Formats: sequence, structure tokens, C-alpha cells
Amino acid sequence: MLCLDHVSKTFSPGTVNERKVLCDLSLQLEKGEFVTVVGSNGAGKSTLFNAIAGAFIPDEGRVLLDGQDITFLPEHRRSRQIGRLFQDPMRGTAPNMTIQENLALAYLRATKSTRAWFSRPSKPDKSMFRDRLAMLDMGLEDRMNQPVGLLSGGQRQALTLLMATLTPPKLLLLDEHTAALDPATAEKVLELTRKSVAEHQITTLMITHNLSSALTLGSRTLMMDGGRIALDVAGEERAGLTVDGLLDRFCHDTGRALDDDRVLLSRQTV
Amino acid sequence: MLTVLSSAVENGLIYALVALALYLSYTTLNIADMTTDGSFTLGCAAAAVVCLAGHPVLALPAAMTAGAAAGGVTALLQTKLGVPSILAGIITNFGLYSVNLTIMGGANVNLFKAPTVFKLAKSTGFEGYKLLVLVPVVLVVAVLLVLFLGTRLGLSLRATGDNPDMIRASSINPAFTITVGLCLANALTALAGALVVQYGSSGDMSLGVGMVVMGLASLIIGQAVFGRGSVARDVAAVLGGSLLYRLIFALALECSVPAAYMKLLTALIVVLAISAPTIRKNMLLQRRKRAAQKGVG
Repeated sequence: MLCLDHVSKTFSPGTVNERKVLCDLSLQLEKGEFVTVVGSNGAGKSTLFNAIAGAFIPDEGRVLLDGQDITFLPEHRRSRQIGRLFQDPMRGTAPNMTIQENLALAYLRATKSTRAWFSRPSKPDKSMFRDRLAMLDMGLEDRMNQPVGLLSGGQRQALTLLMATLTPPKLLLLDEHTAALDPATAEKVLELTRKSVAEHQITTLMITHNLSSALTLGSRTLMMDGGRIALDVAGEERAGLTVDGLLDRFCHDTGRALDDDRVLLSRQTV
Repeated sequence: MLTVLSSAVENGLIYALVALALYLSYTTLNIADMTTDGSFTLGCAAAAVVCLAGHPVLALPAAMTAGAAAGGVTALLQTKLGVPSILAGIITNFGLYSVNLTIMGGANVNLFKAPTVFKLAKSTGFEGYKLLVLVPVVLVVAVLLVLFLGTRLGLSLRATGDNPDMIRASSINPAFTITVGLCLANALTALAGALVVQYGSSGDMSLGVGMVVMGLASLIIGQAVFGRGSVARDVAAVLGGSLLYRLIFALALECSVPAAYMKLLTALIVVLAISAPTIRKNMLLQRRKRAAQKGVG
């Protein structure tokens, strides 16, 4: 489904600020796989997502999605097939447009052909929006004509998730999408994510700082370090892994301990 | 008094098109489009030439096409060539001066002997013949604009101005939506220019000067008086604002405020309206500071 083939990227090459953010990284994802990604700050997790989404073009290597070479495809063209959620719930929705308008935008862009510029949401489309909103269980179905700016962070993130999966994308990138929410809301959005991804069999990559949800959610876990994938576990090996075991494996494989306050702090809440 | 009132309404309708253009570029796309002045005069010039050739109705789409082209140039400068957005408009506006002068064939033009849409309407014998032209044109434009902003392209355009972060991660190409928005906005501005030159049967190079500020004044008055909400409500508010602005304008002239002062008055209205939220915030902060200091003392 997704294939990264020896991808490298260096920021500000030839200056004092030169930084190798991705080093000869290769990754293969099967269709329908739900992969969690962990790693300390600056390990290259978000950079990996940026490379996949097309925020920059890698210096070397290729990116393939569903057999198509998308290495040089601009970001907005890739977004037709790739859904993305960020940590900041404000980033995914237009605050001065209503809930219905935001959904219509996401839906029309994903379903209608690129020529259908003047398409509008039909009556059945709108009732479908209402049904899907009701499934979020946040009462948003009765507020469809209110501007999104009036919603809470959790509601906005849930709406963004709905917009990204309204027409299931080939690939879903979740960049710590619950980290800015309070624990109860975060749990709820995570549950919605789990349901939506399972229902549509969407291939998903999720960055998280919570090691326990990294191991319990999905079917495979990647640990990144210094722009490389330091650890890649799946199947039985992963099933038998505890949070401490994961940290030990990381220490063993990279020769040093994981130094990330947020990761270590999140351990104690488990 | 009645003539003053009716001419205020007529002008309000014509300049409502400029206010609608700025609603698209300034409110919706969040771009201060300095092309406005130049494309207004461009609309005058293009329409005058077509009228002189004997086609007053054709003059309207001709002016709109010319305006859209001017907007397209500004969009090209800022989306493809890296010119900062405000500067792009200023540069196009500056260049348009030569273009307009060439089209007009001089610093001014008159249509005293040429047919205009208003002269055509007058031949119907209806007393309010000017409104017979203006009301349908403005209504059609307003309704089409509301409908357009609800389509996929229209929604994309609104999202482009509303949340640039969202656009970057979505399948919307901001270069495309900005281009469409600026072309449309300048087509509307040029249409206003085309109506003005036919309305007065004369035009000159200075007609468009300050048009962007006057349009903003109408827009802001409309939003302040009639509020903001859905697109339909916003567009209605813009139309109302434009009529109100022209009425204020006419009233001030009736009270023998010299015409030369009107630009200063307009500038003040715009500054006041735009700065009101900041001024209010500062005043609240000062009040809190004083209250806190009193508490300590």
C-alpha cells in the first residue's frame, strides 16, 4: 500500500544548521495495517509524515502509494488519497464556516471528479452528514448550521476525523491527534479513531507519546530514532511486549535510553 | 431631495458591486486587493470603447473580462512569482494606468453620442429607468455570488481565506482558489466601472482612485450595521452597507460639507471600523490596570 524506498532528507544542507532528519529510511505498509509510531522529540516522526504527505520532497529515494510513484506529486494532489490530523485541533477545520459547510467541502472534494467545481451537497448528502455526526455522540448533528469556531477542541478534532474519513482515504496519518485534548476527550477521540479505521479498513500511521496505547492500538509498532526506524515489531513479538520491554528493546537496539520526558511521564499514568 | 435620494440609491447599487468584490477578496480570501482602483477604471475604459462601437450591453461582459484578466495578473504575481500579496496588487494597479490610458485613448472619454444601457432603458418610457437596469444586475450578481459560495469551488475559496493551515493539508490548491477569487472580484469591480461610465456618459482616468477604500467603507458599514452570519446574510449586509454609505455621502453633501472632504471622512470611517476591536481591547486592559493599581494603593 505505502512504500518508502531509501528516503533521505537533510534540512539546511551546507550550513551550520545542517540536520539530517531522515536517513535512508525504508518502510513498507500493507493494506489495512494500523501502525503506531513512537520516538523521542526530533526522532523524525513528524518529518516522516511530512515526507509521506508531500510537505517537502526528499533529497533521495522514492515514495509509492498503492503502486503509484508520488515522490514529486504536490501536497494538495496527494491529499485526495491521504487524510491527515494534527495535534492542534484548530488546524483541520475552517472556523468561520458551519459544520455542514466543512463536511460538504471535505465530501465534495473527495467524491466528485476534479471537474465538478460547481457541485453542491444534495439532500441525501446532508442527511448522511447528520447521521455520521450523530455517530460521534457529541450532539453536533443538531448544530450543523453553527460555525465550527464555536466548538471545543475535542469536538473540532472529532469533526476533523469525520471529515478525513467521510470518504475513506487510502492512508490516514494521525500526528498525535489526541495530545492536546483532556484525558476523557482524548480517550473518546481515540475510540472514534479505532472504530472508524476498523470499519473502513483504512491503512493508518499514528504517532503517539503514550507507549501503552502504542502497544495496544493497531497491529504494528515502529520506534524512531535519529531519522531511522530503530525498532519495528508486530505480531506475537509485539503481543508479548510490555512498555518496559519496549524501552529495554529500544535501549538494547540503539545503545542508549529513550530520553523523552513526555514518553516517560506518560508511562506513569499507565 | 428626491433626486438626491434616488441618485444616492443608484450610486449605492453600482458601488455595491465593488463592495461585493471586496467581500470576496478582503473578507473571504483575506487579501487586501489593491488592483481594485485600476480594474474599476479598466472597466470604465473597456466599456466606453465598446459603447462607442455601438454595443452598450456587450460592454458589460467585455468590461468584466478585462477586469478578470487584471485580477488574474495580480493572482499570478502572488501565487506563482512570489510577489507579496499587497505589492502584487499595487504593481498591477500601477501598470494598469498605461493600459487604461491606451484603451481610453486619452485622459477622458464621453459617451454623449454613443448608446448606453441607460439610454436603452429610457426608451421604455418607465420613469425609474435607471433602477430598471441596476436592480436586476445587482440582484443577479448577489444571488449568483451566494449560490457560488455554496459550491465545492466556493467552499474551497472560503476555506482558503479562513484557515491556511487546513488548506495546506487538504486537497485544495490555494494558488488556484486565490486566482479564481481575484479574477471574480476584479470582474465585479470592472462591471461597476462599466456601469459608472454609462451612468454618467463620461469617464476619466481618476474615476477609480480610492475605490478600494470606498468599497471597504461600504463593506464595513454593512457588517457593523447588519451583522455577520451566513453567506446570504453577509451579502445582504454588504448591499445594505453600500446603500447606507451613499446615503451618508449624499446627506453630508446636502449639509454642504465640501465634496473634497468626503475622502477624509471615508478614510476616518474605515480606520475607526477596522481599529474598533483593538481600541476596545486596549481600553479594557487600561481599565483593569487602573483597578488593580487602585487595589494595591
